[in-house]
Amino acid sequence: MNNTVIQAEGLSKLYRRGLQVDDGLRHSLEAFLRSPVASLRRKKEETFWALKDVSLEVREGEVLGLIGRNGAGKTTLLKILSRITRPTTGWAEIHGRVGSLLEVGTGFHPELTGHENTFLSGAILGMGKREIERKFDEIVAFAELEKFIDTPVKYYSSGMYVRLAFAVAAHLEPEILLVDEVLAVGDINFQKKCLGKMGDVARAGRTVVLVSHQLNQIRSLSHRGIWVDAGQIRMDGNTHEVVSAYESAMARGDTNGHSQDRGTATKARFLSWEIAEPGLEQPHTLATVGPIALKFVVQVTSAVHMGHHGVTLYNHDRQLIWGWAVDNVELEPGVHELRYSFPMLPVRPGPYSWAVSLYEEGQLLDAWECLPEMIVATENFQHRYDHWSGVLNIPSKFSIT
Amino acid sequence: MATASPSTVPLSLRSSTVRIEPPRGLFELRLREVWAYRELLYFFVWRDVKIRYKQTAIGVLWVVLQPVLNMLVFTLFFGRLAKLPSDGLPYPVFYFAALVPWTYFSYALQMTTNVVVDNQRLITKVYFPRLILPISATLSGLVDFSIGFVVLAIFTVAYGIRPTLAALWLPALLLLAVFTALGVGLWLSALNALYRDVKYVIPFLIQFWMFASPVAYPSSLVPPRWRWLYGLNPMAGVIDGFRWAITGRGHSPGLLLLASSAVVALIVLGGLFFFNRMESSVADRV
Repeated sequence: MNNTVIQAEGLSKLYRRGLQVDDGLRHSLEAFLRSPVASLRRKKEETFWALKDVSLEVREGEVLGLIGRNGAGKTTLLKILSRITRPTTGWAEIHGRVGSLLEVGTGFHPELTGHENTFLSGAILGMGKREIERKFDEIVAFAELEKFIDTPVKYYSSGMYVRLAFAVAAHLEPEILLVDEVLAVGDINFQKKCLGKMGDVARAGRTVVLVSHQLNQIRSLSHRGIWVDAGQIRMDGNTHEVVSAYESAMARGDTNGHSQDRGTATKARFLSWEIAEPGLEQPHTLATVGPIALKFVVQVTSAVHMGHHGVTLYNHDRQLIWGWAVDNVELEPGVHELRYSFPMLPVRPGPYSWAVSLYEEGQLLDAWECLPEMIVATENFQHRYDHWSGVLNIPSKFSIT
Repeated sequence: MATASPSTVPLSLRSSTVRIEPPRGLFELRLREVWAYRELLYFFVWRDVKIRYKQTAIGVLWVVLQPVLNMLVFTLFFGRLAKLPSDGLPYPVFYFAALVPWTYFSYALQMTTNVVVDNQRLITKVYFPRLILPISATLSGLVDFSIGFVVLAIFTVAYGIRPTLAALWLPALLLLAVFTALGVGLWLSALNALYRDVKYVIPFLIQFWMFASPVAYPSSLVPPRWRWLYGLNPMAGVIDGFRWAITGRGHSPGLLLLASSAVVALIVLGGLFFFNRMESSVADRV
């Protein structure tokens, strides 16, 4: 039980910003010809450390949750441990067979049938041919796709696609499983089923390293938490302690990544937010496209006159999805609920963050990037491929007349 | 490790310690690991072949049609109109014997060049020895080749040409074509990952290369004192050798083949080195 299965010492990763894009030969030739010195110097400026001197040890059977802001370095760490990318400095040793799950449907090809994709994806994720053959019926039953397994997946609905992809992944039985955020897609019932399966894996004594924005998921699955902030380990310990510390730090706006300016006045403070309707066991997970209602709880200590209140919704990539504001807000002292109802919130599944603000006569009273993040886990009505699915998730009807 | 019963873990991946380190500048070939992942290599080839036949309406028929149509065009223009010599062979046999290996080579080279870019999603999401990709791309063309080869064999016999002992050279010649495609493909696929311009250069390269090989004309057309230079093109040896091995006529490529093999060995070694250097950073770039 106490064998070390992952040991990492001083892992660092230097990325070059902007060089990942398709530069083309012409571009680099041009840049070099125009000014050889500058083109070399600029490269230096565009680098950044995604991970800086991270050391950790994971023991057999541990379920480790990695938490932290977007861009904090969690995924980079996972990519190094799963050997997708190599560290710039430092080293790690892994004892045992590693399975990594950084995407749903890795290796799926639209022209191939569900049956064929099960074998292909299984092999890519590290299963042997005989192992897949043995588990095949179980995988198909788990995905509930018995009838369609010989249909090319290009004819699958996105729900079916995700189910099959998950089912294959859920049947991986590596000794060490590295999982990145993949449970944030798919409809909530199927998510639960996968979590159950993942829990079985953990109970079977396998080691799991899990990255998730869903803090409750981390709480319920993992024994140990590591909080990664600005490429470094900020805290390592018991899950509940680490998650709580992270949550309260985020509420204070205290992270190296994004510092939150919550204003100097103590007249008003946002306290919490939740999805008010439909009432859910998980008040920060949106499982329906609409109608829905949200409430933001604000505590006011002395009356606010001529207030200005704004709300914004950002996606995972910090892209502004929606914003709205109201003037002439009057608030008496006390605790208020600012309530928003929407006929629908058709955004693509994934993690989102709300931000709310309150001003009085141009002076900031409080601006809060709401925690926890909102997880949208609705049924997906989008194109099967990420590439084409866009930002909106709108149920549509198609007909030929 | 104690938790996994031996039967659930395929032999090839059974517990081992992996050390993750920064890329070192020198050669780190890990061919043993490629071998350990041979099942995945098989699946990549299987995928390429399946998809290739599924996306086309007449599927396998294309494999036969492509060299046959080319052969007809060559026979008509280079043979009947331009009256190029054919070393005493009937034009259709002369061209078809060259087009079957050439079609394989040009297809394999294209596939291999694009393989890293085409699989970039995979590369950024899961680990496997990246070398598997160009190898699988080179191998997947062999299915087409086999079909083409059967047609070629029937065709040759139909023209009354009986196989001779020279046919025993065919596997070696094919191997040379495979390694040429792999070696050059390793260079080009790595370059393609860095500069997408390579994709546009490929059609010209293949066309140019075809005319630099004895596909449309016999190599006897090349003046003897330039032969050695001609032999530096490995496909010259392969194509010449194919004609000779299939028909038993003409002269064995002998020395030409020796020069070609040496060149290919250098290209493959250099390609492995270059690909390896690119491999360590490709997940960060593509």
